Amino acid sequence: MEWETVIGLEIHVQLATKSKIFSGSSTAYGAAPNTQASAIDLGMPGVLPVLNEDAVRMAVKFGLAIGAKIAPRSVFARKNYFYPDLPKGYQISQYELPVVEHGVLDIDLEDGSTKRIGVTRAHLEEDAGKSLHEDFEGMTGIDLNRAGTPLLEIVSEPDLRSAKEAVAYMKKMHSLVRYLEISDGNMQEGSFRCDANVSVRPKGQKEFGTRAEIKNLNSFRFVERAINYEVERQIDLLESGGTVVQETRLYDAQKNETRSMRTKEEANDYRYFPDPDLLPLDIEPAFIDAVRETLPELPDEKRDRFMKEYELPAYDAGVLTASRELAAFYEHVVQESGRQGKLSANWVMGDLLGALNKAGLDITESPVTPQMLGGMLKRIQDNTISGKIAKDVFEAMWNGEGEADEIIEKRGLKQVTDTGAIEAMIDEVIAANPQQVEQYKAGKDKLMGFFVGQVMKASKGKANPAQVNELLKQKLG
Amino acid sequence: MHDKTITELAAALKAGEFSSVELTEALLRRIEAHNPELNAFITVTREPALQAAREADAARAAGKAGPLTGIPIAHKDIFCTAGVRTSCGSKMLDSFVSPYDATVVEKLKAAGVVMLGKTNMDEFAMGSSNETSYYGPVKNPWKLDAVPGGSSGGSAAAVAARLVPGVTATDTGGSIRQPAAMCGISGLKPTYGRVSRYGMIAFASSLDQGGPMARTAEDLALLLNNMAGFDPRDSTSVEHVVPDYTDGIAESLEGLKIGLPKEFFGEGLDPEVGQVVEAAIKEYEKLGAEVREVSLPNSKLSVPVYYVIAPAEASSNLSRFDGVRYGYRCENPVDLEDLYKRSRGEGFGAEVKRRIMVGTYALSAGYYDAYYLKAQQLRRLIRDDFVRVFEEVDVLMGPTSPTVAFNIGERSDDPLQMYLSDVYTIAVNLAGVPGLSIPAGFAKGLPVGLQVIGNYFSEAKLLNVAHKFQQATDWHLATPEGF
Repeated sequence: MEWETVIGLEIHVQLATKSKIFSGSSTAYGAAPNTQASAIDLGMPGVLPVLNEDAVRMAVKFGLAIGAKIAPRSVFARKNYFYPDLPKGYQISQYELPVVEHGVLDIDLEDGSTKRIGVTRAHLEEDAGKSLHEDFEGMTGIDLNRAGTPLLEIVSEPDLRSAKEAVAYMKKMHSLVRYLEISDGNMQEGSFRCDANVSVRPKGQKEFGTRAEIKNLNSFRFVERAINYEVERQIDLLESGGTVVQETRLYDAQKNETRSMRTKEEANDYRYFPDPDLLPLDIEPAFIDAVRETLPELPDEKRDRFMKEYELPAYDAGVLTASRELAAFYEHVVQESGRQGKLSANWVMGDLLGALNKAGLDITESPVTPQMLGGMLKRIQDNTISGKIAKDVFEAMWNGEGEADEIIEKRGLKQVTDTGAIEAMIDEVIAANPQQVEQYKAGKDKLMGFFVGQVMKASKGKANPAQVNELLKQKLG
Repeated sequence: MHDKTITELAAALKAGEFSSVELTEALLRRIEAHNPELNAFITVTREPALQAAREADAARAAGKAGPLTGIPIAHKDIFCTAGVRTSCGSKMLDSFVSPYDATVVEKLKAAGVVMLGKTNMDEFAMGSSNETSYYGPVKNPWKLDAVPGGSSGGSAAAVAARLVPGVTATDTGGSIRQPAAMCGISGLKPTYGRVSRYGMIAFASSLDQGGPMARTAEDLALLLNNMAGFDPRDSTSVEHVVPDYTDGIAESLEGLKIGLPKEFFGEGLDPEVGQVVEAAIKEYEKLGAEVREVSLPNSKLSVPVYYVIAPAEASSNLSRFDGVRYGYRCENPVDLEDLYKRSRGEGFGAEVKRRIMVGTYALSAGYYDAYYLKAQQLRRLIRDDFVRVFEEVDVLMGPTSPTVAFNIGERSDDPLQMYLSDVYTIAVNLAGVPGLSIPAGFAKGLPVGLQVIGNYFSEAKLLNVAHKFQQATDWHLATPEGF
């Protein structure tokens, strides 16, 4: 039988607010355990939550970016369960009335087409603390620094049909929240993680199959592998006459498998009810308008503009707009290079990204600045150096030897464009290779390459290749 | 000096008749003498009190004294007090020393009061007789084998016995007004949102409200002046101007429209209590008020509605007491579940557990709509009754509680009977309007309270109405024998 995969993702995005969602404690990552936990974060008797307006602003910004409806009134509810890293015995979250509803996100598929994925809702909630099971023999350590960190939980429609689509959606979302500057998107630190709801059904069937929820996937690779594993598991199960049970599963990256955490029967009754400590969240149209003013150019808009403004192919524009930082870097290079769109794209996507990748650096950490790269491209454009020499100049810049002009000057890499000087070199080459000259004149045109190479070698690569060609043709008749 | 009201004490301190240190020492001696019998205090903070009194005297000497500078008070042990045990009447918090001050505590401290200690209360404010306290029952100064009412029983008994002139307390379903009535003192539950809840250990968040208890309405006004106001740390506190509540307190009641809800005078009301209340209302007519019967038709649903909403919120509010970070933890837990079960099982008393069970049930999947949601809808109707009736009248009057103080142990085994003790006070919390209780006379030799209920943020009017009665009568001056 042919099976169809159905996937919905719940992405948890840690919002980049300075302080927590319901207290004034810092949200900075990596502090010593429990040093960023106030009486409120510790769930001390008598404390009360006060909503951080910045978290609301970020949620609204996200909602506007995906064309969603911003709820004029949303409500915080309590999700009740006991766990040591949940200080109050409940998590404050939005349940029945979320702040963002009904948005969309377009993803690019491998065949070059785009697919529109529905976003059911996005709601604000607080993160729990961390339970540390290592380092404490027979005990569990609790670190409440993360408790109360604002999260935006983004729930997709079950519109995704493969692990690849799921990854494309997650990547697009990752790029978007970073564009919006509402999250640092740091996956190692848990700022961007997801749960995947996965089911399969016979191709053509309308009803969904029973789904399993895979928890806490914190890398694109894990999402893809976990879904692929889960899909196969479910198909195997169904094809061997079994049934899929609704349950929560955990992905083990080391073994590359998912395993059951708890079934639906074992699931908690969270006893949601509106939090009486917080008033309903009313958002005025003026607030939404003010947030709209702060929206940056979004990835899709930027890609379209790059294609038009810099005459880039769709692929280049897509790569260069994958992150806001990379796009900004590229545009800066274009500006410094005297508006050479395609040349800039080639160098940024080729040599620069290659070198960064090899060194494990982010675009923001590049030792070659846009000014430096743009400056070098200008020298290619004005024929001061050839593209080939530019590779050496780039490497020198990368190694901290200074700006392009400095390096060209110091190393004497300036291209020879003086006709007299090139003619002199050509004469020497002709004189030194009479046999080849004979053969060329007898009709062996291929030898032109040999002569060019010899002249270039004589000039140590600095002769202008176009001029060399031109002059050689004249001299050899 | 222990028999003076706050207003009188403030004048005496100002006139230099005695110092705050002398006053504090005198009251500490009274507490020492009477508390073993009454059990009104859980914690007495002798040294910090004397230190605060010395500072108050110094402030006065420097010309920096306000109306409450050097006035001794006590806080119900539900308010967090930095560096002092805050038990909430529970074994669960017997060892809990708060790292911070509640907003109410902070504000009164800034006004220069001297805290003598923390008063006894029903465990987590769940009770109407002060019998559920881990620290044992409080005795009613008027009759030592009777309850003082609850949950603010310790606060009420301490004021009635002249151990302290004023106290803070909280009222979720009548916990200020009912004990005030049973102990023959004055107590005010302000409008929901008038006094910050920050640092007040939550029982039922949408109903809890802090307020003052004292001997006179004038004293309540002085205390409320330094308790009320918007608090950025409490999202449910309201940005509403805080007047000087002593202003206009003596205004004439000529033309005041009093409504008597007929539901408050029906079956269940002790006839002798009813007579006292009717006599008090006659007094108001003499003061120029007009009286008419009104109806709060949905108020009969108050008790069942309350006993869904309050336990539901409590079941969630009390989840934080899990033995993990502070408070009681069982001995040698074998695993996490054992830690939870035994810490909570051993740390909470029977009434608290009963309400957690009821509340958990009411919020459970499959029951939520039938209980919690339905109760919220009815709450709305109860509220609408008040809104409508306040279009017709200025205040409502009736008995605070259907009976006078009952004997210790008399209702302990009958929760339903116990809950009915708050039948006239609960609707006020559900609606969020303010209400107060003042002494109106005696029945069976025990004090009877008159409840006065007003529209939202009408505390000044309520205090005016109460004060005029106290100008015309002297029930509030009656002192229990032996105190």
